[in-house]
Amino acid sequence: MRIDETPQDHIRTLGGETKALYVLDDDGRYTTARTTGWEVEEIVLNQVIEDFQAKAEEARRRVRAGETSPIEYYMYKNWMDPLTLAQAMGLFRWQVRRHFRPAVFARLSEARLRAYARLFHIDVQMLKTLKEDP
Amino acid sequence: MDSVAPFPHRQYAHCESGVVAALLTHYGLAISEPMVFGISGGLTFAYIPFIKITNLPIISYRMFPHAIIQGIQKRLGIRFRTHTYRDPARAHGELVTLLSEGRVVGLQTSVYWLPYFPDEMRFQFNAHNLIVYGMEDGQFLVSDPIADHLVRIAPADLENARFAKGTLAPRGFLYYPERVPSSIAMEEPIRKAIRKTAQMMLYAPVPLIGVKGIRTLAGRIERLRRHPDQRYVRNFLGHIVRMQEEIGTGGGGFRFMYAAFLQEAGETLGLPVLKEASLRMTEAGDLWRTFALACARACKRKGEPVDFTAIANLARQCADFEQQVFRMLRRIE
Repeated sequence: MRIDETPQDHIRTLGGETKALYVLDDDGRYTTARTTGWEVEEIVLNQVIEDFQAKAEEARRRVRAGETSPIEYYMYKNWMDPLTLAQAMGLFRWQVRRHFRPAVFARLSEARLRAYARLFHIDVQMLKTLKEDP
Repeated sequence: MDSVAPFPHRQYAHCESGVVAALLTHYGLAISEPMVFGISGGLTFAYIPFIKITNLPIISYRMFPHAIIQGIQKRLGIRFRTHTYRDPARAHGELVTLLSEGRVVGLQTSVYWLPYFPDEMRFQFNAHNLIVYGMEDGQFLVSDPIADHLVRIAPADLENARFAKGTLAPRGFLYYPERVPSSIAMEEPIRKAIRKTAQMMLYAPVPLIGVKGIRTLAGRIERLRRHPDQRYVRNFLGHIVRMQEEIGTGGGGFRFMYAAFLQEAGETLGLPVLKEASLRMTEAGDLWRTFALACARACKRKGEPVDFTAIANLARQCADFEQQVFRMLRRIE
């Protein structure tokens, strides 16, 4: 890639930051150039975020219907799946899946709830009630 | 610690090679990021379908985390002091002590817990590297190699980032080089590193690594045509591009950075063949970008027919290009 081909698409997913790319200058020497992002990166990042958002909305609906616990909603909202959530919590996947059951969730200890809330960057009250604007 | 020497921040393309280049330069050995990446043998291609992250196979354009720190020590004979910790309080205490002695150190962290990252980038990824160079007003002063400016982080946030759990958990990993010479004969390390990378790219014993790995991935893409779940297909194609462009690779899945290394190595060794190889590697990188564009387009158009064979053929062309490059390189003198 030549320096004048450096994409400057100002992608939203970089949040106004830049990244460095290795490009050839006019004399054919390698140098670094700042990029405000490439459209391609935004497409694929939005794609995975939309996928998680769809799963989160689906989970929210099932929380309301009493079919799952808010943990599943917040898990997708923070771009995790049951395995990554289990690993980040230091649990087994089957334990996390069990905590999705509303009856089990209702009996979770305060310490466990706090650990989930900390990981999701929210407080325990929010974790219990799902009160939150998307 | 009231007056911290300002740290000459530079923006690098990749976190691990960036931190190692910045640390070595700080401790007296001026070295570029591509040189660190090339000499440590950072380049590879790996497609590992039986290990999955969020249900998608591992696709990597570089060696595993820590490979650069290990590789540079081996090739250049520089020792790094490394620590991992079980106790966060002790990790914090030792970091503060090192900083008060004027040390500048590298840390492994999880991007999920770094507040200065854009929200969209804060996935569960535990192998991000950054430099801490001082403390001021109760906050750590951070030079993050992929950020374009210096940042600060509160001790509580840094502790969360250093002690995140999960795959590749950092466990407080801290490192800095000991006794760095101001100059090192680079010729032999460069030759050895290039031959080793060429060997791996051409003759890996399994068809999941190197050019064979690229061709295996191409075959997998072609078979996506028959996959029943369109959502999975889009995730898969997006995943390839994210591994290639999204995470700091310097573009083209580290191929441009490697081309920069070959150019610099050609000047150091006075070998015209390396210049030629650098040009070919740049073309490979350009082709990888074309491939990424094709994947992203397929990913965006929901429901429209996708020409999987065309996308697979682009990957096969990348494999052909890289095969040519590494055949040039495998016996350099």
